[in-house]
Amino acid sequence: MAGGLSPLATLLLLLAAAAVAPLASAVRPVSDAHRSAAAELFAASSDGSFGDLETTYEAVRTFQILGVEKDKSLTGKACELAAEKLSSSSLSPAKDLFHAVRISGVLRCSVDSGVYDDVATRLKTLIKDTNSLLELYYSVGGLLSIKEQGHNVVLPDADSTFHAIKALSQSDGRWRYDTNSAESSTFAAGIALEVLAAVVSLADSEVDPSMIAVVKNDIVKLFDTIKSYDDGTFYFDEKHVDATEYKGPITTSASVVRGVTSFAAVASGKLNIPGEKILGLAKLFLGIGLPGSAKDCFNQIEAFVPLILSLPSKVFSLTSKDQLKVEVTTVFGSAAPPLRVNLVQVLGSDSKVISAETKELQFDLDNNIHYLDIAPLKIDVGKYSLVFEISLQEPEHETIYATGGRNTETIFVTGLIKVDKAEIGILDNDAGTVESVQKIDLQKDTSVSLSANHLQKLRLSFQLSTPLGNTFKPHQVFLKLKHESKVEHLFVVPGSARQFKIVLDFLGLVEKFYYLSGRYDLELAVGDAAMENSFLRALGHLELDLPEAPEKAPKPPAQAVDPFSKFGPKEEISHIFRAPEKRPPKELSFAFTGLTLLPFVGFLIGLVRLGVNFKNFPSLPAPAAFASLFHAGIGAVLLLYVLFWVKLDLFTTLKYLSFLGVFLVFVGHRALSYLSNTSAKQKIA
Amino acid sequence: MPRATSDAKLLIQSLGKAYAATPTNLKIIDLYAVFAVATALIQVVYMGIVGSFPFNSFLSGVLSCIGTAVLAVCLRIQVNKDNKEFKDLPPERAFADFVLCNLVLHLVIMNFLG
Repeated sequence: MAGGLSPLATLLLLLAAAAVAPLASAVRPVSDAHRSAAAELFAASSDGSFGDLETTYEAVRTFQILGVEKDKSLTGKACELAAEKLSSSSLSPAKDLFHAVRISGVLRCSVDSGVYDDVATRLKTLIKDTNSLLELYYSVGGLLSIKEQGHNVVLPDADSTFHAIKALSQSDGRWRYDTNSAESSTFAAGIALEVLAAVVSLADSEVDPSMIAVVKNDIVKLFDTIKSYDDGTFYFDEKHVDATEYKGPITTSASVVRGVTSFAAVASGKLNIPGEKILGLAKLFLGIGLPGSAKDCFNQIEAFVPLILSLPSKVFSLTSKDQLKVEVTTVFGSAAPPLRVNLVQVLGSDSKVISAETKELQFDLDNNIHYLDIAPLKIDVGKYSLVFEISLQEPEHETIYATGGRNTETIFVTGLIKVDKAEIGILDNDAGTVESVQKIDLQKDTSVSLSANHLQKLRLSFQLSTPLGNTFKPHQVFLKLKHESKVEHLFVVPGSARQFKIVLDFLGLVEKFYYLSGRYDLELAVGDAAMENSFLRALGHLELDLPEAPEKAPKPPAQAVDPFSKFGPKEEISHIFRAPEKRPPKELSFAFTGLTLLPFVGFLIGLVRLGVNFKNFPSLPAPAAFASLFHAGIGAVLLLYVLFWVKLDLFTTLKYLSFLGVFLVFVGHRALSYLSNTSAKQKIA
Repeated sequence: MPRATSDAKLLIQSLGKAYAATPTNLKIIDLYAVFAVATALIQVVYMGIVGSFPFNSFLSGVLSCIGTAVLAVCLRIQVNKDNKEFKDLPPERAFADFVLCNLVLHLVIMNFLG
């Protein structure tokens, strides 16, 4: 796959020929950020190696594609590692040979042709013996890499190898890893296609064209399983997510793309895959931005190179007569071949076609930018979608570069909004006779001085128009009245097609104004993202004479002294716990503890007085033992109760009690029935 | 009044004489019940002095004593040979009941003690 970029791009062109889907707007080419990220991710350890053979290959290949220069000692180390693996006579697995051959291919290490002949023979034997897809991938891939490095390698029975691999394919276009596994995998499908491509290019004779056609059909089926995100990004993922084998969308998609491109490069004829899916995959790899892991970085870099159209800036000001600038580069950020960029359509924010006239963009050779003045486009402030088409100037380039069909970019146009015919005045309530109307200039702060009572109205009107003379409706138009006592009232100024006009009828507002007479400051705020001269103007003040507040009138809310204090720390909440109960003095409690023992002492004395004895205790050993166990059992249960009180919970206690209870019932029954028998005998005697 | 005092004396003396005739095992049970009730009384007095704050502890202490006394009285009823009602019940069986009931009672008491 070394040096496989141009066939890959060829395929992209073939596939993208029918593409009509718009490309993403946020996609930017691979940049220096990727280069530094790659250098960081594939950092060599202190002894100058990249770790194992696979990581080393991924590192050197990524650096090769991105054009990152590495110092000689690093490449020397990698070459040594590969050569050591290749020449070792021990039986190294196909995987190691594969990576070693590819490393020396990328770095152009000098390896004896004898060593390669030896390796090729070993790989050929491996191919014959295995039916595992991965083993075949490593060994066939190794052979192909040797062939690409200028050695003559031929796979003797290509047809049978081809059939062996094809036997692993499934009906849905996925492949199995070997004949024993039941699971099919999308990742394996990519691998299999790569192996098949390698087999075809290694074959000594032509591979059966009907088999090629069958595989092409498999590829089409595989693309039916592609998944998509909402933004038109496509990706491949495994159907069954298995924790051990799972690779993730990037690795899986990269595998499929590598397989499909290499297969398309060796197979004649066209693959019937919708172009939007190919572009969607390109968006996946570019949309990732900077990859997080070395593996993702490798997979992202290896997979794609279409031409990318991008805008350095997406906001244009009508005031400063900005030019519409378009960059066309390859994915890796290098300059594109000579080409024409046409603006074919301008769509408004509601997808309405504003202009469908094709306009060619001028090319600035020095800055490598295509540009167009936006003034002749007659577009007003707002949000627009621009549709571009790229056409290559030289026909032979069309076999190398993929242009990606139509590209849609979203832009934002801003401008100065003209404010005029601003008037403010007081109207009498009946018939609306104008008492005093003043023209004001909203370009600067004014200080009109008005006075009104609750029977009159305040009227404010003005007009807004865009640079092209259309009416303009900003997001925010507010009139603010602020009383001396800092009570504020905000009114939205409604706009009609021609003008913005608000009439405040104070009769209906007295309650809202809390019957607060006095001086109100007037402020007007007009703002919009597309409006370059958004403003907040002080208009002046209004002396308002409102009637006395009735008794039940709502009081104005208390105004915070510092308006930011509501964001300050909240008052600390002091928690009140229940006060502890009064406890008696310790001495008293101890005294009563002793007192409760007194009746027990009295009980013992009473027993002695009564002449209690243990004569009835069984004298025979077995009954005596049972009687002792009975008493010990009762003691144990009581001890358990004490433990329950001190530390155990109910469940543990009941668990132990169930065992003790059974034991107690058993020995109790034996002991008491013995006593019962003896007393019965005594009665009879 | 002296006559009444002597009558009371006579009464108590005859009661003591009659009680002396009760079997020893019943006397032991009586003594046990008295001991339990006395302990309960001491706890009640303590409660009267300092208040009933850990009320569950007070309850379980007093009820433990009262319950024990009641069970002892039950045992006494069953063991007493003059009670024809329990003639067929061997005293060993009654004692087994007494032990079992005490164990169950005190399990509950311990749970309630806190």
